Amino acid sequence: MKSVGVFKKDWASELRTRYAINALAMFILVTISVILFSVGQETLSGELTGGLLWVVIFFSAMSGLSRGFVSEEERGTTLTLHLIAKPSTVFTGKFLFNLLLVFIMNIVIFFLFLAFFDSFAIESGLIITLAFLFGNIGIAVSSTIIAAIISKANTKGTLYPVLSFPILLPLILILIELTNFAIVGTTLDEAFVDIAILIIYDIIMITASYMLFDFIWND
Amino acid sequence: MNNFSIELNNVTKYFGRLLVFKNINYSFDSGKVYGITGRNGSGKSTVSRIICGINSASKGKIKYSKNGTEVAREAVYSLVGFVAPYLVLYGEFTALENLSYFAEIRGTEFDEERAKFWLNEFELYKRRNDLLKGFSSGMQQRMKFIFALIHNPDFFILDEPTSNLDVAGKDKVYEIIEKTARDKLIIVASNEESDLELCSEFLNVEEFKAVK
Repeated sequence: MKSVGVFKKDWASELRTRYAINALAMFILVTISVILFSVGQETLSGELTGGLLWVVIFFSAMSGLSRGFVSEEERGTTLTLHLIAKPSTVFTGKFLFNLLLVFIMNIVIFFLFLAFFDSFAIESGLIITLAFLFGNIGIAVSSTIIAAIISKANTKGTLYPVLSFPILLPLILILIELTNFAIVGTTLDEAFVDIAILIIYDIIMITASYMLFDFIWND
Repeated sequence: MNNFSIELNNVTKYFGRLLVFKNINYSFDSGKVYGITGRNGSGKSTVSRIICGINSASKGKIKYSKNGTEVAREAVYSLVGFVAPYLVLYGEFTALENLSYFAEIRGTEFDEERAKFWLNEFELYKRRNDLLKGFSSGMQQRMKFIFALIHNPDFFILDEPTSNLDVAGKDKVYEIIEKTARDKLIIVASNEESDLELCSEFLNVEEFKAVK
């Protein structure tokens, strides 16, 4: 698998430079600390903590997930990638790298929320697992294609959250809804429509990204 | 010997509204060394990048043929060896790691013996386990040649191939060009007279800078 080669290269590079991991870790630490300080002795409702969870995840994703393409462009290694791989290989490799980062990031955030917020008690493990699985795929694929687009722009830092917001908003709204379902213990049947929308979002984003990437990659 | 040819048909390039060159019609065949010439900013590098499929032409078509069979533009990356001053390899990896990742991404088996052979040829063998970011610009240029040669491509595009190289490095490059040109297609884009001495035919980009 050629794309696994791209993924392994990116992962090895990340372990040496720690650019994305450090950015993500710092962002998670700072945002959760700020929430804890601002909440103080107040007790938050389950719905509110569910919403806060995805707000933290969304902004954490903004801080680190653009790295895959932006760092290639900034270092000038994009040309090297052009010479060794097809566009689809590059996209799949970068997507796999972002998927791993999203899973690590979200698992850490999830367990920190479980540890620090008493109201964040999950009643339906199956719904939150499905929401996490398909939500992470959606975040990873969206952030990968947006990173590819903004890596060609001059104002990379500001453009990333601006472009991400409208694309990730429907996904985040569904994930907030599903997290609330998981907290109140809704049955899987009742959550079916939201899970189906989540899966459809993933399919649309993956298909559109692969179709679009050739045009972004080749000038 | 693989018969590889490239045919440029009315290749035109604009950057925005700026015309770089217009209607280049030219063909390249294996077994020869071609020179692309022209003053600074004339579009030598742009033609080179278009030929190896990195950039696309604004108008016109490029036809690649291997042993009489047409090759799709999407597959050209695996058939080209490219060297240029603006090509950057991964500084956070060692020389051997770079070559190993390139082989894996290309989907080929990493031939460590071949890698060591070329590292030795370019006098980088002793530095094979050092990070590339610690290499001098001349050593990085030598690494780019190994990057271009390691997968045994059908044609080479060498854009200013001897920039940053010392005399020994230049001699090695000329020796490799001479040997490789017996059965491969080599295109050299340069203004250095010594680089162009090996070329038998020339494409002068200046001739295609027609006023719009």
